[in-house]
Amino acid sequence: MASTHSDLITIYIIKSDGSQAPLDVPVNMNLSLMEVLRSDGYPIPGTCGGIALCATCAVDILSGNEKLSPAGDQELDMLDLLPQSTEATRLGCQIKLRPEMDGMVIRIDSES
Amino acid sequence: MEERNENIATDICIVGAGPVGLFAVFEAGLLKMRCHVIDALPQVGGQLSEIYPHKPIYDIPGYPQILGQELVDRLMEQVDPFRPGFTLGERVETINRNDDDSLTVITSEHTTVKCKVLVIAGGLGCFEPRKPAIDGLSEFEGKGVAYMVRNPESLRGRNVVLAGGGDSALDWAIFLADIAAKVTLVHRGDTFRGSPDSAGKVFELAKAGRIDLRLHANVTALHGDGHLQELSIHTHQLPLIRIAADHFIPLFGLTPKLGPIADWGLNISQSAISVNVADYSTNADRIYAIGDINTYPGKLKLILCGFHEAALAMQSAFKHVYPDEKLSFKYTTVYGINAF
Ligand SMILES: Cc1cc2nc3c(=O)[nH]c(=O)nc-3n(C[C@H](O)[C@H](O)[C@H](O)COP(=O)(O)OP(=O)(O)OC[C@H]3O[C@@H](n4cnc5c(N)ncnc54)[C@H](O)[C@@H]3O)c2cc1C
Ligand code: FES
Repeated sequence: MASTHSDLITIYIIKSDGSQAPLDVPVNMNLSLMEVLRSDGYPIPGTCGGIALCATCAVDILSGNEKLSPAGDQELDMLDLLPQSTEATRLGCQIKLRPEMDGMVIRIDSES
Repeated sequence: MEERNENIATDICIVGAGPVGLFAVFEAGLLKMRCHVIDALPQVGGQLSEIYPHKPIYDIPGYPQILGQELVDRLMEQVDPFRPGFTLGERVETINRNDDDSLTVITSEHTTVKCKVLVIAGGLGCFEPRKPAIDGLSEFEGKGVAYMVRNPESLRGRNVVLAGGGDSALDWAIFLADIAAKVTLVHRGDTFRGSPDSAGKVFELAKAGRIDLRLHANVTALHGDGHLQELSIHTHQLPLIRIAADHFIPLFGLTPKLGPIADWGLNISQSAISVNVADYSTNADRIYAIGDINTYPGKLKLILCGFHEAALAMQSAFKHVYPDEKLSFKYTTVYGINAF
């Protein structure tokens, strides 16, 4: 990867079994949270490929929510379809990774 | 189009009416093999009609751009000369092998299809309702809990609770307000982003006392003795309350799950069926897997690739349907389409 150290941020992932793992992700490649989680082997189907049409990429943002742009209409529509979603739930595919998200903590549920 | 025959016999049974299953009907038809197609969804088209009917697709050869539903409509037109049978709204549960090596497919509604070849074009699996995490939910399935309204008349004069904030929750709340004795709509938020018309109508009906609208609320528990009788609702402001309910219908949309395909004795790797790339056959004789449901080195989940797989699988299936005939490959330009 061409990225330098400063292009990486660390996010923390809490899995459904409660364990926490750090993940270093690049912020200069226009990747979404869904894409980096999938490529790291997390069980996120991302069925629609990232266009907010399947809601299979939902995550809970436990800390760092204020650094994200608010959800758009299409994202809010899909979040309404998730019976377990809360104020903290977002679609991973709609979150583009940016430097200010360093240290963000997210939770992945088993299935959405 | 829908057919509900109890016992059907055909050359090829296709599980999945997505684009790949539909195109397999065409490729089979060219070789004079008859098909019956089964899908768990009430409509044909698989992911295209269920997830993205109005999205343009740009990588179908010959169509610089075509909408998901438009492609499904074109495929239906293309297979029409071969008069395929369809069983829709039924899930294929079981595959049995007969003494003569043919197969019998059995659906959730006990439709049976006897066939010489089975083609699994099951995509990402069956679209199934998303279920809220509520204690006792599965216990009351079929005893007051359902995930879709199959027959609105059965709810006449009943006490119905709906949950959800999407279009189908709104539309059913409006529809059932005229039929049910009481309709309660429970929604996690306080706004509805579905069609503004439907949302306005729901608020109007709530004001008129014809829908009991519970906002910022969640159903947390179900109660009853054998059949649903009451449910607990948690709201932000109020303590937990219990309300009477004969029916609880959570409407949170559909999501694909592999489902029964996993139990058919096929080699499965990462929720997909491993196939032989020579003809997309599986480890079981006379069973092929094409489209998103299969996997092999280099697999791409694209409609285009599924179409190619359908053509090769049907050429290979010919030997099971016409064991005494020799297959000679022909272009459609030479003989055209010979309808059944
Ligand atoms: C938002 C989105 C955008 C996409 N964009 C493109 C694109 O631009 N180009 C492209 O090539 N591809 C695209 N795809 C992928 C494409 O839609 C799939 O490759 C294609 O739908 C696969 O077709 P299929 O027939 O194999 O399966 P599906 O379309 O998934 O259909 C399978 C059907 O099988 C049924 N089924 C499964 N199990 C059972 C059972 N046990 N009993 C009864 N029925 C069963 C299901 O209900 C379903 O209807 C996109 C997908 C999505 C979600
Ligand atoms: S990947 Fe489909 S909604 Fe995010």
